[in-house]
Amino acid sequence: MVCALENFGQNNPKLGLLRVAGHFPSPGGYELRICDNCGACRDACPVEAIYESGGELRVDEELCTGCLACVEACPKGVMTYHPSLPAPAKCTHCGMCAAYCPTGAIYDAARYSAEEAPRLTRSSPAEAAVPGSPGGDADV
Amino acid sequence: MSRGAGKVLPGGYAGRVLEVDLTHGTHKVSPLAPELADQYIGGRGFVARTLYDTVPPGAEPLGPENIVVIAAGPLTGVFLPGCGKTHFGTKSPSTGGYGDSNMGGHFGPGLKYAGYDLVVLKGISPQPVVVVIDDDQVSIRPASSYWGKGCIETEAGLKRDLGEDFEIVVIGPAGENLVKYACIGHDFGRQAGRTGVGAVLGSKRVKAIAVRGTRAVPLADTKGVYALGKEMYQACFAKPGFKSWTPYGTAEVVNWVNEVGAFPTRNFKTSYFAPYKQINGERLRADLRIHDKGCAGCPIPCGKWSRVKVPSSGEALVEGPEYETIAMFGGDCCLEKLDEIGYANHVCDDLGLDTISAANVIAFAIECFERGVLSKDQIGREIAFGDIASVLYLVRKIAGREGIGDLLAEGVKVASQRLGQGSERYAIHVKGLEWTGYESRYAPAMMLSYATADIGAHHNRSWAITFDVAKGREELAGKAEKVIELQHIRPLFDCLGICRLQWVEIGFDLEWYERLFPLVTGTDKTWGQLLQASERVWNLNRVFSARHVPGWGRAMDRPPARLLEEPVPDGPAKGKLITPQQLDSLLDRYYELRGWTADGLPTREKLAELGLEREATELWGKPGRDMPK
Repeated sequence: MVCALENFGQNNPKLGLLRVAGHFPSPGGYELRICDNCGACRDACPVEAIYESGGELRVDEELCTGCLACVEACPKGVMTYHPSLPAPAKCTHCGMCAAYCPTGAIYDAARYSAEEAPRLTRSSPAEAAVPGSPGGDADV
Repeated sequence: MSRGAGKVLPGGYAGRVLEVDLTHGTHKVSPLAPELADQYIGGRGFVARTLYDTVPPGAEPLGPENIVVIAAGPLTGVFLPGCGKTHFGTKSPSTGGYGDSNMGGHFGPGLKYAGYDLVVLKGISPQPVVVVIDDDQVSIRPASSYWGKGCIETEAGLKRDLGEDFEIVVIGPAGENLVKYACIGHDFGRQAGRTGVGAVLGSKRVKAIAVRGTRAVPLADTKGVYALGKEMYQACFAKPGFKSWTPYGTAEVVNWVNEVGAFPTRNFKTSYFAPYKQINGERLRADLRIHDKGCAGCPIPCGKWSRVKVPSSGEALVEGPEYETIAMFGGDCCLEKLDEIGYANHVCDDLGLDTISAANVIAFAIECFERGVLSKDQIGREIAFGDIASVLYLVRKIAGREGIGDLLAEGVKVASQRLGQGSERYAIHVKGLEWTGYESRYAPAMMLSYATADIGAHHNRSWAITFDVAKGREELAGKAEKVIELQHIRPLFDCLGICRLQWVEIGFDLEWYERLFPLVTGTDKTWGQLLQASERVWNLNRVFSARHVPGWGRAMDRPPARLLEEPVPDGPAKGKLITPQQLDSLLDRYYELRGWTADGLPTREKLAELGLEREATELWGKPGRDMPK
């Protein structure tokens, strides 16, 4: 929700640029999927609408033709397409999800190690997602 | 009334009502009436108003005239701590009166994102069905392959069939078999547990409802909501309870309730369970918990996904056990191992039984066996307190309505009436709804809360036991005032469609919600006006039940004889009792403050004050039933 409000000004979690997949009943727990700028979307784009700027991959909405190859190519399933958006969107690591994650499951890898992340202490490795990011001001 | 109230739909609402006619397999979508939003806010308020207007007195709870109402509130699914609630309501098969149950998880937000504030299920389907709501597309599909299956298998299967991003509510075999306290399950461990909402879904042959929504909730001031929402989360993070309460969730309170002598034990014979430290929050965290599991938007997830092992039965995964389940299967059925409580919890969740009522009924049955009211032949085996095999045997018999389970599936009120032999005195319920996890012989405000709760013996309308402890356990003065205050504040959260635990458990200030509501809705409703809407709902529900159940009122605002006549035998509350005279004085004060008659019904004047003139006529206007002085 915080992601959709920060990036699109809408109270709609379907616009969130990260995925939280629950694995219940077995084994129990959540899988966090967050963009790590792996470049698969850029490589898949036939019109070079996805480009690097300041260590971050971004989408040029003017160039995008809406073919959705990037959505298909994303190995984490976090390239987001929604009817209310002009083009697929991706995480640019603004850091809001980490700032409002109550458990510290999402944290700023540039500032904290997994053990030092703020909020509640984690007690099982399954909770410690290490999204990492190749660079930028606010690695999440 | 607020500025422009009732003319334009405020922000925060998805704006549509979905009505499903199960008898004919049709549905229709209509706009949400602005007056409904203005007068009843949402969630519980929508449920109450819809039930009153739709279900006629005399309707059979499990018949075609009854309905199931599902409602979200204006704050459901909105960026704030605890926005994940859903309210269910029906004419209760447990009590015959107003029934509702509130559930966490993600279903209510899903409804909002799909564009609905309110869903009404009417009639009876000719065959088992799943209702699928996929944004604008609504379909009623055959559920034959799932009928008879457990809640967990059904939800997992539907997620595979429909997609992981559907939010799903299901009933289990107990609901299909019309067990009077069958629940609705969701997210593999959340339940709308109380008042038999699952039995009514079962009577309608609705195995499940699935929803997927992809829209935004329209907000009056999105930037304002976002900014204040962020402040609210930060304020939650800064509360001391954020780190001390969250690791244990509701199980944290097990120690305290035993220390103050209010833990239901051995079918409410006493209020202290000696081995409570084996079944408390610390043990849950250390021994069972795999992962914390939260509802939508929750910074303090109370859900504990756990692995339990019982040598005779094997291993199971379960959300919980939560406080109520620990109190009822632990203290009340005397199970001394948290693994056993968790296993009973798992079996109930899968069969679709409310753990509170199921454990209460089982404790009653065991006492009946001990006293010779039920024989080994009638039951099919010997049963005993503290024996997990007895508990699991009865749980399965009840869910299948097999043998003795058919009688026990009716609940303790009906079962004790049929068994007689004095068993009514230890059938622990009010109005037909089984009592929950707070033994109240040394807690006058809590006793009054149970006696007067609108659905029967339930704790959450007024969790006043902390007030009893803070202000004096013997003291009666001020207790009725507090109970009424809580009965308006706490159910208001259910109208708003959000969780109250941030406020109750970590001391989150109510002022936050008062500030947020205008930003979400664009109205200038004050907190006082919201509380008045909550009072309107409380009175409406009293009228509903009085019209549906003869004698609903003072005569039924009472605990069973055990709790009025037998002093607590041991523990911190040893020797304590609230006498019938003391209860009467509490009720006198309560009715007076509420503007009700001495018989406990809302006066014409009180109803008029709340804008319920028509309801006053329906209650008092009939010939031969003049309003008493």
